[in-house]
Amino acid sequence: MTKYGKKSESVLSIQNLTIPLPISGDRKYAVENLSLEVGRNEILCIVGESGSGKSITSFSTMGLLPKILTPSNGKILFEGEDLLSMTETKRNGLLGDKMSMIFQEPMTALNPCYTVGNQLNEVFKAHRNMSAKERKKRSLDLLREVKLPNPEILYTSYPHQLSGGQRQRIIIAIAIALNPSLLIADEPTTALDVTTQAQILRLFKELKDTHNAGIIFITHDFDVVAEIADRIIVMQHGQIVEQGSADEILCRPQHPYTRLLIDAVPRKTKVKCKIDVDKPVAISVENLSKTFITKGGLFKPSRIVEAVKSANFSVKEGEILGIVGESGSGKTTLVRCLIRLLKPNDNSKINIGDLDFSNLSGSALRAERKNIQIVFQDPYGSLNPRRTIRELLIEGPVNFGVSKKEALRRAKKLLKIVRLDGDILNRYPAQFSGGQRQRICIARALAVEPKILIADEAVSALDVSVQKEVLNLLNEIKIKFGLTIIFITHDLRVAAQLCDNILVMKDGQIVERGSVEDVFEAPKNEYTQKLLAALPGQNWEAPSFV
Amino acid sequence: MFVYILKRFSSAILVALTVSIISFSLLYLSSDPAAAIAGENASGADIEAVRKFYGFDRPIAVQYFEWLTKAIQGDFGESYYFKLPVSDLIFDRLSITMKLGLSGMIFALSFAIPLGVIASIQPNSLIDRFALFLSVMGQAVPSFWLGLILIVVFSINLGWVPASGTDSFQSYILPTIVLGYYAMPAIMRLTRAGMLDVLSSDYIRTARAKGLSKRSILFKHALRNAIIPVVSLAAVQMGFMLGGAIVTESVFALHGAGYLAWESISRNDLPTIQALILIFSLFFIVFTFLADILNVWLDPRMRLN
Amino acid sequence: MSIIINKTNRTEMKTPTSPTPREVIIGRMKKHKGLIISFAVLLGLVLVALAAPLLAPHDPFKQNLLLRLEPPVFLGGSWNNIFGTDHLGRDYLSRLIYGTQISLLIGFVAALISAVIGTIMGVSAGYFGGKTDLVVTFLVNVRLSLPVVLVALAVVALFGGSLFVVISVLGLLLWDRFAVVTRAATMQIRNMEYVAAAEILGTKIPRILWKDILPNIANQLIVIITLEMAHAIMLEAALSFLGLGVQPPTPSWGLMISEGKPMLFFEPWLITIPGVALFILVFAINMFGDGVRDVSAPEGRN
Repeated sequence: MTKYGKKSESVLSIQNLTIPLPISGDRKYAVENLSLEVGRNEILCIVGESGSGKSITSFSTMGLLPKILTPSNGKILFEGEDLLSMTETKRNGLLGDKMSMIFQEPMTALNPCYTVGNQLNEVFKAHRNMSAKERKKRSLDLLREVKLPNPEILYTSYPHQLSGGQRQRIIIAIAIALNPSLLIADEPTTALDVTTQAQILRLFKELKDTHNAGIIFITHDFDVVAEIADRIIVMQHGQIVEQGSADEILCRPQHPYTRLLIDAVPRKTKVKCKIDVDKPVAISVENLSKTFITKGGLFKPSRIVEAVKSANFSVKEGEILGIVGESGSGKTTLVRCLIRLLKPNDNSKINIGDLDFSNLSGSALRAERKNIQIVFQDPYGSLNPRRTIRELLIEGPVNFGVSKKEALRRAKKLLKIVRLDGDILNRYPAQFSGGQRQRICIARALAVEPKILIADEAVSALDVSVQKEVLNLLNEIKIKFGLTIIFITHDLRVAAQLCDNILVMKDGQIVERGSVEDVFEAPKNEYTQKLLAALPGQNWEAPSFV
Repeated sequence: MFVYILKRFSSAILVALTVSIISFSLLYLSSDPAAAIAGENASGADIEAVRKFYGFDRPIAVQYFEWLTKAIQGDFGESYYFKLPVSDLIFDRLSITMKLGLSGMIFALSFAIPLGVIASIQPNSLIDRFALFLSVMGQAVPSFWLGLILIVVFSINLGWVPASGTDSFQSYILPTIVLGYYAMPAIMRLTRAGMLDVLSSDYIRTARAKGLSKRSILFKHALRNAIIPVVSLAAVQMGFMLGGAIVTESVFALHGAGYLAWESISRNDLPTIQALILIFSLFFIVFTFLADILNVWLDPRMRLN
Repeated sequence: MSIIINKTNRTEMKTPTSPTPREVIIGRMKKHKGLIISFAVLLGLVLVALAAPLLAPHDPFKQNLLLRLEPPVFLGGSWNNIFGTDHLGRDYLSRLIYGTQISLLIGFVAALISAVIGTIMGVSAGYFGGKTDLVVTFLVNVRLSLPVVLVALAVVALFGGSLFVVISVLGLLLWDRFAVVTRAATMQIRNMEYVAAAEILGTKIPRILWKDILPNIANQLIVIITLEMAHAIMLEAALSFLGLGVQPPTPSWGLMISEGKPMLFFEPWLITIPGVALFILVFAINMFGDGVRDVSAPEGRN
């Protein structure tokens, strides 16, 4: 029933794998009757949203699942031998040697107590008889192979001294140390900046050839898939809904779920409505800087970090401005200054109407807060779990002097606008999904009728299909209320979908500004060019199903 | 790292100074030291004379600085009751308390850490339940009562060990168990919780994916990380144990520093009480300081920042 | 290419009947045996304390020098004095029953005083950080380095061993753990985005502390209250045992053990009985605290 693009023999063959979930779960199986094959020199991408069972499949292959999740049926054949019926010792001998795995979160995947060299050495020690000298030589070679600078220095460094990208390279080095036939990578670039991601993806493409390995690459991002996949499997609710060659799935997807996912991939699809040039300025920022000074103690020199350096920009009423930057670009500090959770440097100005918002404090600040509201990134952390939706929604208006009755009326109206039932008012945040919570957060921010809404990575934590719904909602609200939106994101693609104008930040400075078209078509700054070049999936024209 | 140690050291000194003020002033709160020295039958004039003689009529701050200057040189004045230099008195007794504290801590650690580790490997197993039972018992049994019961069983009924005194090492056995058992539950629970936490961490998953042996995962990767908070707790417990030796020593009639403290309090022997509170506090401060230094050495994140 | 069509189209939305957090916790409580048993024991002991005058068969203070050191009924004594009599001929059971009052009163009030002091310190240190945090951390360090038993004994020796003094001393000494735990918990919650959101919605700081911080550290607070209650009860017993806690003839369990100590060789039950009572009380409190921690932990047990 399945034809494979490659003629190579398969390294891994999963047959009818079923893993039951503990009884309390809302579905019976984590993975249901799943079969797949991976060949040598092949990158198989498994795509799916959270909870699709894609990680559980890979973890059960590595034998890393907790005991409560035990396969009830099926075989996992690795080079012809069933991993599930193998003795633990034998299986352990394969791990790290013939098959290895790379994880999502590089920051916590290395033991903080041991040097990089030590943790590389371990693999050789566990699986090969080698002299210490040879182990060191091989380890250094590996560090060079994954293109880390100064291998000799890195060898004696501790993980906390390295960046996320560097750590992920080290984990890759550990995984390929003994030339495995099978390499499983579980969202290995999700936690990384886009430029780092591009480098790691390139590394994977090289590894496929140099190491003659079969690679399972798990991701939720279709652009990444388009970048590296040879074959693709799409999973939903623990089942494979569609599989085929990269070309087939990406350009001619058949299953409605695959189509839904591909359709939700952020694309520059926005119909541009020209911003009215005559509209008044809603917020203007002049010379906004923020310097952090960690006070030196008796024995410590003081450290000065200029997180934001003299930012100048203005946003017109009804405009959506995107602020794009990688981690450490200063965009978070900028946001925290704009909503005045931080006080910017003294000569900074944040003008909202006639008012300078940057210098207020105490009750004067509190009174003016209703002008500018925010929706945060994490839908789970931004709603107090101990308060009902009613309390959460009326808090703001009541603080600004609206009567409880009126606030409640407003809350009900807003729930309708963000498409949630009016009868959820007595419930608690824990009873909602991430996307629903983000809608509640939007309603909460709108309840005080702000002039400006900041969305701080507001869709980054959501599944791609939910992401699209929330983006549409934001656009709708903008039109309905004539709202001004400042949209902060690390993802140029998402920004392009929603925003009118874009600012690109790097190291605390605005390095590029312009309309979406200008920035995408003719970027002036070198860094912007680099960012754009790093975007995955550029050669892929997502099909349209309308 | 050097900066951290210096900072930590200066804060320890500051704490020690504050404690010295507290222990000095505590006993001026309500009682009249002059009256205490002069004795119950002294007349008003006698008390005045004593007050002059000992300098109690001067401002408290002056008295404090004089006391502190001398205390730093090891001179805590003369005991009202024993009429001996307090430092000699304490120095004699302290060795017993230290022996007891050390053996108690060794006892506690040698049970708590292996039990905690085993319990964490097999949660809800028989050993885990046993360890939990031991720790829950340990937290609910008052140590003085445990001491008395042990005396009844092992000294009176079985006659294995002496019920009191310090004549032989056997007489330390029961007090060691009582004191050690006091410190054990917390250390065991933290070891278990820490191990459970570490065992579910990402880097243990990486270690497992490397195909390392169970032993290497458990001891090299997990325990090394889990032990860091245990070191701090053990230091705190050691300080508490010495401070709590007063109860154990009085149960077993061990004439250590704790017993001396009890005697002095019963007899209103101010200089001795002041000195003992200060010394027990200093022990705590020194132990926790040493533990922090040890942790800097154990944790590269602290060592290299 | 192969397509496997999903038979049922399940949605990601949670069903509207999913339980509220409170219902989840109550559901877990009902399943937690340790919590139910310990709660029953504690409730029983509270009732005993409240109904002591009705339950006690004799006056706990009335001496009967003719009936001294009568053994309890299970060691051959009479049913008139079920747990025998002490060295002054007072009915041991009655003293034990009245002792419940002392232990519970001291444990509860001392833990409450400590909770108020420690939580105020911890929450303000955690929320405001900076200098406030430095001061609180310093105070906690000073407090921790003072030997509790020694200081409590000294203070009780100075002020006299009344119930009021013992409760106050313990209440003023046992706040350290409250401060440490609430400080850490508050710091964690202060960084949650819902606190920032409340601030941006114009909520005043006292209201944020009351509505956003306190409810979210309440579980940890309850656990510490039980721990410190047990701690205070044990300390009172130890102080009384050393003769510098509650003074005779008050029927404190620690004091009863102390008074039984000279008879250790001949009448060990004199110390066994109040010791077991003390153990049951402290054990139940600890078990209750563990249970609360289990059911309120986000992921349930363990």
